[in-house]
Order: sequence, then C-alpha cells, then structure tokens
Amino acid sequence: MIPLAGYLLVSAILFSIGLAGAVTRRNAIIVLIGIELMLNAANLNFIAFWRFSPNPEALSGVVFVLFSIAIAAAEAAVGLALIISIYRHRKTTDVEQMDSLKG
Amino acid sequence: MTLSFAIIGAVTIASAIAAMTLRHLVHCALSLAITFAGLAALYLQLQAQFVGFAQLLVYVGAVAILIVFAILLTRGSGPETQPIYSSRWLAGVVVAVIVMAVLGGTILSSKTVSAHVEAAAFEPSVRRIGDQLMTRYVLPLEVLGLLLTAATIGAVILAIQENRPAKPGGHQ
Amino acid sequence: MDFAAKNLWLIPLLPLVAAGVTSLAKRARRRLAAGLAIGAMLASLGLSLIAFGSAMSHATSGLTRQVVNFRWFQLGDGWVRLGWVLDPLTAIMLVMVCFVGLLIFIYSTGYMAHDENFTRFFCFLSLFASAMLGLIIANSLLLFFICWEIVGLTSYLLIGFWFHKPAAAAAAKKAFITTRIGDLAFLLGIVWLYAQGGTLLFYDNGQGCLEQPVLGGLASKVTAGGMAVSTGIGLLIFCGAVGKSGQLPLHVWLPDAMEGPTPVSALIHAATMVAAGVFLVARVYPLMALTPPGVHGPSTALTVIAWVGALTAVFAASIAVAQTDIKRILAYSTVSQLGFMMVGLGVGGVAVGMFHLLTHAFFKALLFLGAGSVIHGCHEEQDVRCMGGLRKFMPVTFATYAIGMMALSGVPVFFSGFWSKDEILHAARSWELSHWPFYLSLFGALLTAFYMTRQMCFVFFGSCRLALGKTTSSEQHSVAHAGQPAREHPHVELPAEPHESPGRMLAPLMILACFTVILGFFGTPAWPWIQHFIEGEPARLDLSLLRDASIASVMLTSTIVALAGIGLGYWLYGRRPLDSQQPDVLERWWPNLFTLLRRKYYIDEVYEYTFVGLNAWWSRACVWLDKWVWEAVVQLVAALVVGLAWVDRVLDEQVVNRGFDESCRGISRGGTLISRSQNGRVQSYLRALCLAAALLVLLLIWGCRSS
Repeated sequence: MIPLAGYLLVSAILFSIGLAGAVTRRNAIIVLIGIELMLNAANLNFIAFWRFSPNPEALSGVVFVLFSIAIAAAEAAVGLALIISIYRHRKTTDVEQMDSLKG
Repeated sequence: MTLSFAIIGAVTIASAIAAMTLRHLVHCALSLAITFAGLAALYLQLQAQFVGFAQLLVYVGAVAILIVFAILLTRGSGPETQPIYSSRWLAGVVVAVIVMAVLGGTILSSKTVSAHVEAAAFEPSVRRIGDQLMTRYVLPLEVLGLLLTAATIGAVILAIQENRPAKPGGHQ
Repeated sequence: MDFAAKNLWLIPLLPLVAAGVTSLAKRARRRLAAGLAIGAMLASLGLSLIAFGSAMSHATSGLTRQVVNFRWFQLGDGWVRLGWVLDPLTAIMLVMVCFVGLLIFIYSTGYMAHDENFTRFFCFLSLFASAMLGLIIANSLLLFFICWEIVGLTSYLLIGFWFHKPAAAAAAKKAFITTRIGDLAFLLGIVWLYAQGGTLLFYDNGQGCLEQPVLGGLASKVTAGGMAVSTGIGLLIFCGAVGKSGQLPLHVWLPDAMEGPTPVSALIHAATMVAAGVFLVARVYPLMALTPPGVHGPSTALTVIAWVGALTAVFAASIAVAQTDIKRILAYSTVSQLGFMMVGLGVGGVAVGMFHLLTHAFFKALLFLGAGSVIHGCHEEQDVRCMGGLRKFMPVTFATYAIGMMALSGVPVFFSGFWSKDEILHAARSWELSHWPFYLSLFGALLTAFYMTRQMCFVFFGSCRLALGKTTSSEQHSVAHAGQPAREHPHVELPAEPHESPGRMLAPLMILACFTVILGFFGTPAWPWIQHFIEGEPARLDLSLLRDASIASVMLTSTIVALAGIGLGYWLYGRRPLDSQQPDVLERWWPNLFTLLRRKYYIDEVYEYTFVGLNAWWSRACVWLDKWVWEAVVQLVAALVVGLAWVDRVLDEQVVNRGFDESCRGISRGGTLISRSQNGRVQSYLRALCLAAALLVLLLIWGCRSS
C-alpha cells in the first residue's frame, strides 16, 4: 500500500512543475497548460486525502474532484478563447508582450 | 503496487516536465495528455474509478484536444523560433523550488500525513456517486450546469471572428 | 487767612487766561487781544491792591506772612508741594508789576498799532505778566523756577518778535542761551537745597527752607572745600540771578535784547524780568545771609553778591558812555543799575535793594517808553547822533524824559532815584568788610549822570540832525516802513521834522513821571515807609534823622557826584551844538579807550572765540563722530544683518531647497523604482504571489510549531 505521503509528494511535484512552467514559459497556452497541471495536482491531492480519510463513504472528495474537473474544463475553454482573441488582436501569444496594464 | 505506483508516478512527472520544457507547442500538448493519462491511472489506483474515467474523458478527451486546437489556431505548425523562456526564468524556477520545498517539507514532517499508511477498503460505486450528486450536491450540480453554459457561450463570443459584422439583435 | 491770601492765585491766573484766549484768537481780533490783556491786568492790579491792603493791615499784627501750600503730585513716599505766600515783599512787588505792566500795555496799544502781529504781541505780553506774577507769589522754589523759566521763554519770544530779522532772532537765541547757563547753576542749587534741606517750600510752618531749623542745618554742614552748604547753595542760586539780571559775566544778552520792540524793552528788560533776579536774592535772603555758627560778619554769599554788583555797575556804566544807540545806552544803564541793586542787597539787606528796584522800575520804564516815543517820533531812527533838538518838537516826551533822567542820575530831593541810591551808598559806606563797593558805586553814579547827560544833549538839545546820518538803525515796523528808518527808505520822502507821539503813548509817560517823583518820598531816611514795610516794622516820621551825620554826609557826597557828572556831560556835549559828522569828543581825546568802551571791552568777541568757538568745535567733532563712528557702527550692524540675510538665503537655497528637492526626487525615484514591479506582466505577478504564499505558509507553520 502506498502511504498517503507518496501521493501527496507526487501531487506536490506536479504542482511545482506546473508552477514553474506557468511562471517561466513565454507562450500563453503553455501557461494555461501549467495551470491545468496545477489543478490536476490539486485534484490528486483531494482524491488521496479522500482515500485515506476515516470516512470515505461520504464521497466528498470524489464529488469535489468531479466538480473540479468540470470547472477546469470550462475554465480551459474560456481561457483558450481568450488567448485566441488576444492572438487575433496582437498577433502574438507571448505573455511578456502583454503588458499594457503596466503601472 | 509500489512498483506500478513508481512507474506511473515517474511517467506522469516526466511527461509533466516535458510538457513544460518542450519547444514545440504541440509536443507540449501531447505530453500534457500523457500526464493526464498518468493521473487517471493514479486515480484508478486510489479506487476512484469514476474520477479516473471522468479525467480521461474530460481532460484527455476534451481539454487536451482543445489545447491542441488553440495551439493550431494561434501559431501553430512550426517549432518556436523566439526564445521560449521568459527573461526572468530563473526567478520563476526559484519560486517553484521554494514552493516545492515548503510543500515537501510540510508533507514529510507532518505527523498527520505520516500516520495515514493504510487506506480503508472501500470501493465507491457509481450509483452512490450519482445518489450523492442528486441529493446532497444537487445545487452545485445545477450551478455547474449554468456555469458550463455560460462558459461555453462566453468562449464562443470571445473567440468569434471579428471581421464578421455583428448582427443586430432585431434580425433574430 | 483772609480773602486776599486765599485768592492770591487769581492774580497770575487772569493774565494766563487772557493769553490762552488770545492765542486762539485770529490775527485780526486786535481789540479783543488788547482788551483781554489790559482787562486782565486791571483785574490783577485790583487784586494786588487788595492784597497790598491786606499785607499793610497785617504788617504790624504779627501775622506778617500768610502762606497757602498745596500738594501737587506724589513722589515716592512724599508729596511735591507748591504754594504761594503773601507778605510785604510779595505785596509791593505785585502792585509794582501790575501797575507798570498795565501802563506799558496801554502804551503798546499805541506803539504797536501799525504792526500786523498785534494779537500775538499781546498774547505773549499777557503770558509774561502771568509768569512774572506767579514768580512773585511763589512760596516754593520749584514753582519759582517754573515761572522763572516761563518768563525766560516769553522774553525769548518777545525779543525775537520780529523773527524775520536775523539780528532779532540771533538776539533772542543769545538771551535764552545765556540765561540758560545761569539757570543751570540755579537748578543745581535747587537740587542741592532739596537734597540737604528736604523741602523746597520757603515758608511751611517752621519747616520751610527759609525757616530756622532747615537753615540751621544748612549752615552747619560743610562741603568738601570747607565751604558751608548754605554758601554753596546761595552762590548757585545767585548764578541764576546773574544770568537773569545781566550781571557780569552773563550780561551780554541784555544789550542785544534791545532788538525787541520798545515796550518789551521797557517792561521786561528794565522794570520787571531783570528785576526777577534781584527779587530772587531778596526772596532767599535768609539763606544768603546765613553764616556758619561761630562766624561773624557778612556771609560769603552776600559778599560775593556785593562785589559782583559793584563791578557790574562800573563796568556797564563805562560801556554806556561810548554807545550811540538810544536803547543801548539805556540797556547798559539797566545793567549798571542792577549792579547797584545787587550791591544794595549785599551790603544793606532786602529793603535797601528792593527800594532801588521799585524806584528803578518806574523811572527806567519811563525812560524806555520815552525812548520809544522818540524813536516813533523820529520815524524809527535810533542813532542819537542823528537826532537832536527834539526838545522843541516833542515837549511832553522831553519833560518826562528829563524827570526820568534826573531820577536815574540821582538829582536830590524830588527824584526817587536819589533816595534809593542814597540808601545803597549809605549801606555800602557802613559795610564792615571793605569800602571798595562804596567807591565803585560812587564812580558808577558819576558815570551814570555823565552818560545820561550826554544822551540828553545828543537827543534833545542842539539842532535837529534827523535827515543826515551815517549808520543804520535797527528797529522796524513791519507794515509801515518795511524795516528801515525813513532816511533810508527810497520811496518815502524824507519827513520834514519829528512829531510828538499820540496821547495813548504820552499818558503812561506822564503817570510814570508822577510816580517817579512821588515814590521817593516814601523812602526817605526821615520816613522810610517802604523799607520798614518790607521788613515788617512800623515806620515813623523822624525828620531829625536827616541831620544824622552819616546820612547827611552820604547825601551830600552823592549830590556832588551827580551834579559833577551832569556838569561834565554838559561841558563836553552841551555847550556847542553837536555835529554828527565829527567823532565824539571823547573819541578825539582818547581814541583807544573810547573804542574799547564802544566795543564793550570786546567781551562778545572773547566769548565768541572761547565758549562759542568751543561749542562750534565740539559740535563739529560730534558731527564727525556721528558720521564716521556711529554711522560706521550702524553700517556695520546693517552689513551684519545683510550678511546674515545672505547666509540665510544661501542656506535656504542651497541646503534647504536642494535637500528638499533631493528628497522629493528620491521619493520620486523610489516610486519609479517600485513601480517597475507593476510591469503588466502576469507571470511576474504570479511569481510574487507564489513566493508570498510560500512565505506565509512557512510563517504559519513556524508559528504553529513554536506555539
């Protein structure tokens, strides 16, 4: 049996990787990918905690993750639509060039 | 169990790294798909079959494809010619490492986490999930439906071609 | 305390009110001015007569002196008190001043009729009268001094009445400054007296400074030089009299004061103001006569007074011999007679000096008014060499002038001057210390008779030399003749002959002449009523005294001297008709002596080179000091301030402003720096976010762990 810590560690690593990518890559879509990775890591976290919880019959972890997946899908759709719209405007997906909110 | 976990874990992490570091965007998307798949396998291992299949359906089947479409719509085909990492990539890596350290440190030093070694034997059935969804979580479910509708409509509006003149509302 | 004594203060007040009202009146209100002045003087005369009557009735009753003292203001613990006194001395002076003053006021209405500043003249005259009367009744040396100063002020105003004439303005200034020197010593004397005696009131129920306890204290104290305090104070007070009464060496202002109008000369510089010095000595006589305990004989102060008076008498008489201006002769004669009065006070006492003062007031006023009449009649001519033969043209003036001249010369029996001068000579003859004042007085009397005869010969006898002349005169009528005698006025024809003056001017002359004669009979040795009245004893008629050896011999001597002087004068000047082209006969015989006398012993020149020159040098030195030293200090301070201001500006501009600007720039730069974090890039925000979240979590964990 894999202890809880194992899954949590995997989740943590995935989260960090996703974060690293989100703050490092230039392409907006890759940033979105990173965000998806982070979400997924969180989902894994939830399932792991649900599995090792004293009361798995409540299914709260599962339901949460289901909702999370659905919302993540919606969010990915909207995000990508945004990126496409920006691409049409600016002809670029480079996040470094999207700094018109510069203070 | 341990071996399969290790392999699945390694594959997931490797493809995650690949997704973050590859130059070609499509390669990144495909690596992401593999990552999603690996995660689904982990879910299955954790006896959350429904979630696993849902993961495969939604993420691999929809999100990854969506990402590929977006990639193709925005640049697409060839490899990236410009630098792919931002000018402050080191700061980002450092931040990620710090976060990793914090998380990892917490996990490893937590007594609660190390206490849980064995998982209870329980296999949730889809029926039970459905029951919960329809009774206890019915409101969030409906709201989710609304959210999905709004997101879809919003995405369409956002991504629609601008050179098509907007139809006035009276023509409908 | 009867009515007169209680209301004595009204006597100076009425002319003061007249002066006040006149000062506010317009220039054209001549009748008002003259009427107020004369009316006030009349009222004061009436009150003075009442006071005289009161003093007479109290003379033998033991209450010879009535005093009213009042508080003026508080000074420290005590009060400064003033007061007035009614005693025989006061009463007789009041009557004399009021009477002579009234006559002169009436004379002035005629004399100044053509002057456009008529109103101002009467205002000043009234002010003078008020101050003089106040001085007479004063019981406090302080009040006396106040009135003394006001009298000096009015003298200045009246001498310089025609101030647009530079000579008159200079003469007024000279008078004021010269008397000021005397007044300074006077003030020192007052201060000393107050310090040593504790009071300035003359009579104060036994505590006044002329009453025994205080006097005894003053006599017994001795100053550093071995001189008694009373002597010192007495001499200082006498200095004030020296200035005011024109004694040697402060006599220089009196002749120059003749620049004022003739009524002014008559009233102020003959009869009353100059007599104030004599009156002062008479008033503080108990102090002057004080000798230290154990010392006998006359006091030092009185000795000094007598000597100064004698020297002045001879000195001034000798100068008068060589003068040619009709008023100047009379002015020097006044100085000489004041010297006589001082001799009288010094050797004989209050009564002797005061008797001569009273008689002199009348005949000198008479002489001055007569001179005014002559000047008026000769159309502003004042040089005696250009007059002559006026006996025919101005008979009344001649007659009255002759009476005055004989009184002054000391012609016996009928003329008061003889009797009063005789008293002085008698007292001088029997003086213990020395007979020199006696001999000097005799010589002075000789000279007096001589120069008066000379003047009479020049003015009234001989032929009329009016149209001719070599010198200019100085008196002006500002409207009528624009300042020059008729013979020099180009547009007016030379008048044919001199004319007699109008009745308004002749009446006072005649009244004064009467009194000149009558007054003498009140002071003869046979019936010395005035002297005894002043000294508070009953007077008895005793004709046998006339045959007393000492009195008779003095009378004889003075008669011989007077007649000798008149004879000498007639012999030199009266026998042949005088020619104005030829020099004076004395000048021919002794030219150097004559020039010395004519130039007044060059004393004015000496003063000019010494005191005035010293003053001028000192003022130049002060100007230099002011310009180069004080100015330099001021400039230095100013430069310092400017320098400080410059430093301040530099500091402000370079340090404060720069610092401020720098700090502002620093803030701005800091802001710019910080705003770089707002680069609009989502990834950097995300980095920051995650970093912060990680740190927060660490913080939380550590916090939980440690607690």
